[in-house]
Amino acid sequence: MKASPFQYHRPQTREELGALLTRLDNAKILAGGQSLMPMMNLRVIAPDHLIDINRIPELAGIRETAAGIEIGAMTRQTDVLSSETVRSRLPLLARALEHVGHIQTRARGTIGGSCCHLDPSAEQPAVSAAFDAEFIVSGPNGRHVIPASAWFEGLLQSALGEQEYLEALRFKPWANGHGYGFAEYARRHGDFAVAGGIALLEGDRDGRITRAALLSFGVESSPRRLTEAEGALLGQHVDNLDIEPVIEAARSLEAMEDAHVTAGYRRHLAGVLIGRALKEACATLERQS
Amino acid sequence: MTERSVSFTLNGEQREAKVDPRTHLGDFLRHSLGLTGTHLGCEHGVCGACTVIVDGAPVRSCLMLAVQIEGSVVETVEGLGNPDSLSTLQQAFVTNHGLQCGFCTPGMLMTLEAYLRSTPMPTERDVRIAISGNICRCTGYEGIVQAALDVAATRADRT
Ligand SMILES: Cc1cc2nc3c(=O)[nH]c(=O)nc-3n(C[C@@H](O)[C@H](O)[C@H](O)COP(=O)(O)OP(=O)(O)OC[C@H]3O[C@@H](n4cnc5c(N)ncnc54)[C@H](O)[C@@H]3O)c2cc1C
Ligand code: FES
Ligand code: FES
Repeated sequence: MKASPFQYHRPQTREELGALLTRLDNAKILAGGQSLMPMMNLRVIAPDHLIDINRIPELAGIRETAAGIEIGAMTRQTDVLSSETVRSRLPLLARALEHVGHIQTRARGTIGGSCCHLDPSAEQPAVSAAFDAEFIVSGPNGRHVIPASAWFEGLLQSALGEQEYLEALRFKPWANGHGYGFAEYARRHGDFAVAGGIALLEGDRDGRITRAALLSFGVESSPRRLTEAEGALLGQHVDNLDIEPVIEAARSLEAMEDAHVTAGYRRHLAGVLIGRALKEACATLERQS
Repeated sequence: MTERSVSFTLNGEQREAKVDPRTHLGDFLRHSLGLTGTHLGCEHGVCGACTVIVDGAPVRSCLMLAVQIEGSVVETVEGLGNPDSLSTLQQAFVTNHGLQCGFCTPGMLMTLEAYLRSTPMPTERDVRIAISGNICRCTGYEGIVQAALDVAATRADRT
């Protein structure tokens, strides 16, 4: 249960990190270590070089800019969860983070690490996809932005290039008073979810839906937006939503199967959970008067 | 592989040591420093037995490398109390039968120690969520939860 030998590097700046990534072969970035270290201890992977980004101050922190709320990749999950900015402007993210692991794993684990690892059940990438977040990436060719729609390439696979690293995520908050809902089923509190659902809503003065995001996670290999069902919600009244088509959309996804859970059960859960998330979003949507 | 030197504070004492970068913090504490109070169960992050406090936060010592504690303040179960004078939390575990075999206990203690510092007045549900990352395979959680609630109540009485 020990990691195999590797060379350890601890850059202090982004420039040093960039140079190391360009120079070294079979290198892995170490962020919170809450997914990488188990894989190394179990020898599922054995990098020759480990690049520890915990001491690069520029990679951590939460900033509000004109373009949105930027969360540094190395920001710990605990700090995202307790941030006033996040709690007031991105309440869905705080709501979801309560389900991510335990106090010990959130004290080390980072939002960027989770979004690079891309477990299909992970909450932070799912929330990012619901918000159409932007992934700010740096590499040999400088800095560029990857939209959420292009970030997810498949199971445990992001669009990040070999010599690139994730610098930050940028979220555009929805209108003040927007509705948000989150529901997941896990076998124990803090375990990876078997499946989950997310809903975001904006409405007009009369309570008609003007904007919607619906997403299922843990069902397919990547979080999945229910685009058609989103469109069908527009113009409906929040007190009188036709929820059935939304549940049906989640139930028709290509669900994964594993040793514990059949595809059929996952599809069933996907339907139930998106329904719960949507009801919660209706309840939290504030009526403008 | 090349050893690295680390300097850190351990249970209030300034320490220096040489470590192989692949050694995790739990092994380092047990094998290099002889502090066998910290227990290693699964070594891949699921059981919580290895929990220690680093810079005020409870962390899994099997998922952190010893080289990473450079400049940090580390607390282990040895720093809480000793057999002649148990800490309030340790005493509450004894009083409430919060342990049997004791394997999970160091992790439970360090988790709750850190948690009660930041959340002095938790509800029962809060305590259960706080220890959701620590598995006990023999005592059950009733006594452990009660111990934490007792400590919180005693501290609240005093203030
Ligand atoms: C007991 C337990 C329960 C958990 N429960 C959950 C849960 O319910 N939900 C959940 O989502 N997660 C859960 N996790 C995993 C979560 O804790 C991790 O924090 C997360 O998956 C990875 O983040 P990290 O910062 O620890 O990254 P690391 O483990 O350090 O890295 C993960 C991967 O991302 C890469 N990487 C990290 N940062 C960057 C970067 N900035 N640029 C490029 N590549 C990078 C690494 O090279 C590695 O491949 C759990 C973990 C444990 C041990
Ligand atoms: S030994 Fe570290 S969590 Fe089990
Ligand atoms: S006391 Fe035996 S595992 Fe908890």
